[in-house]
Amino acid sequence: MGVRQTTILVILSFVAGLVVASFAGFREFIPGLLEGAWVTVRITVQGCLLAVVMAVIAGIAKMYGPWPLRWLAVCYIEVFRGTSALVQLFWLFFVLPHFGVFLEPMTVAVVGLGLNVGAYGAEVVRGAIQAVPRGQWEASTALNLTRMQALRRIILPQALVAMIPPWGNLFIELLKSTAIVSLITIGDLAFRAQQMNQTTLKTVQIFSIVLVMYLAISMVITLLMRLLERRAAAGLSRGRVS
Amino acid sequence: MEASTSERPAAAEGGVAPMVRFDRVTKRYGALTVLDDLQLDIAAGEKVAIIGPSGSGKTTVLRMLMTLERIDGGVIWVDGEPMTHMPGPGAAGSGSLVPASQRHLRQVRGKVGMVFQHFNLFPHMSALKNCMEAPVTVLGLSRKEARERGAELLSMVGLGDKLDHFPGQLSGGQQQRVAIARALAMRPKVMLFDEVTSALDPELVGEVLTVIRKLGAEHDLTMIMVTHQMGFAKEFADRVCFFYQGRIAETGAPAELFGNPENERTRQFLSAVLEAG
Repeated sequence: MGVRQTTILVILSFVAGLVVASFAGFREFIPGLLEGAWVTVRITVQGCLLAVVMAVIAGIAKMYGPWPLRWLAVCYIEVFRGTSALVQLFWLFFVLPHFGVFLEPMTVAVVGLGLNVGAYGAEVVRGAIQAVPRGQWEASTALNLTRMQALRRIILPQALVAMIPPWGNLFIELLKSTAIVSLITIGDLAFRAQQMNQTTLKTVQIFSIVLVMYLAISMVITLLMRLLERRAAAGLSRGRVS
Repeated sequence: MEASTSERPAAAEGGVAPMVRFDRVTKRYGALTVLDDLQLDIAAGEKVAIIGPSGSGKTTVLRMLMTLERIDGGVIWVDGEPMTHMPGPGAAGSGSLVPASQRHLRQVRGKVGMVFQHFNLFPHMSALKNCMEAPVTVLGLSRKEARERGAELLSMVGLGDKLDHFPGQLSGGQQQRVAIARALAMRPKVMLFDEVTSALDPELVGEVLTVIRKLGAEHDLTMIMVTHQMGFAKEFADRVCFFYQGRIAETGAPAELFGNPENERTRQFLSAVLEAG
């Protein structure tokens, strides 16, 4: 899907949102749900940032770190990929206090989801680094760059381009996972919807709006990643005919 | 790689110590011995062409000298220093050598530069940036100095007007010339050329060979090239080595080796190549 199609879809989903919102029966729910959507967006953005940082550190540590670091990275990746995100959140929120660690619900949401998605991201980072042709490493060695210099200056900039599409998927996964933070008392979009549904029983209206809102946010993510991908690819192979 | 003993290359009768010495070097991949007890001296400023059928170990020779392959036996010397090894602790002067540390490798590797069959330019950097990266990062040149050096070398290879072009915007021949400039920017004493024209369209081979010829004429670089261009090897090289099954089957001046090969394998190889070309 190109940038143009994505843009059109984003606009369409907003228009659809406006149309839905303009019906009398829907209008009353919009302000409350928008508040919830704002919480969802904040968790998503912060969670994504943490995920990227964790993924780069864990991915590189797993490939090139000294053995204790490598071991730590493997443990992190396997634990957070191999257990349910919901259980991880509960653990951070309900279990840690037993050991005297009390975290704000928002902190738990960002840390929990960021670490979870970061574990998947670490494998994305590793795959993208391995996909850079071996000749690039060899040229770096021939020019006497150290391994870290080669990684930073030569390999990572190229790997970054290959990482963007899978990261788009992971970011959307993270957005959708935010719905579970409603279970640790955060008033996100899903939580607000549930709450309104219980008091008004207007299930159709409420969950239709919620659906459109999630779609709109995920389309924005898709669009941003497309733009990023296009920019990165242009920087990598200016003028290449492919 | 085991500890080894190997004598520092002494000045030969002519009075010049070799720039590169392979001293009983062996390389194996599993059970397959790619290079068997290789003994080869290359003098400073000498131009050596390595020819031979595929799988004869000729590219491995260059890759070992660039430290892209570990060796399984013997010692490689560069400019009077052991490259693959370094003097063992407390053994100064005794000739006892231990495998080189990363630091030692980096120090000696700086004397060698390499140009690859598939160019291996950095695709996210312009031609000039390709030439500036290592001088700035490794040699610690200022960006200004590195830019001047890079621009000068790119003009030398005839690409003075393509400084800001990216590899994707250049033809294969132009990319390979950038790669030559990039290697030269590190001021190596030994330049390795690994089938540098094999990936090029025939009409682009000439421009790359012209640059190499110019390098040979204007600089006192030691040059070692693996090539399939027999015409070029004959005209350019001081010495030709014919590799066969991991050993040097025949070596000599181009006129002799091409004109009157002594070894049966050399004769077969040359006639097969001439027939094809």
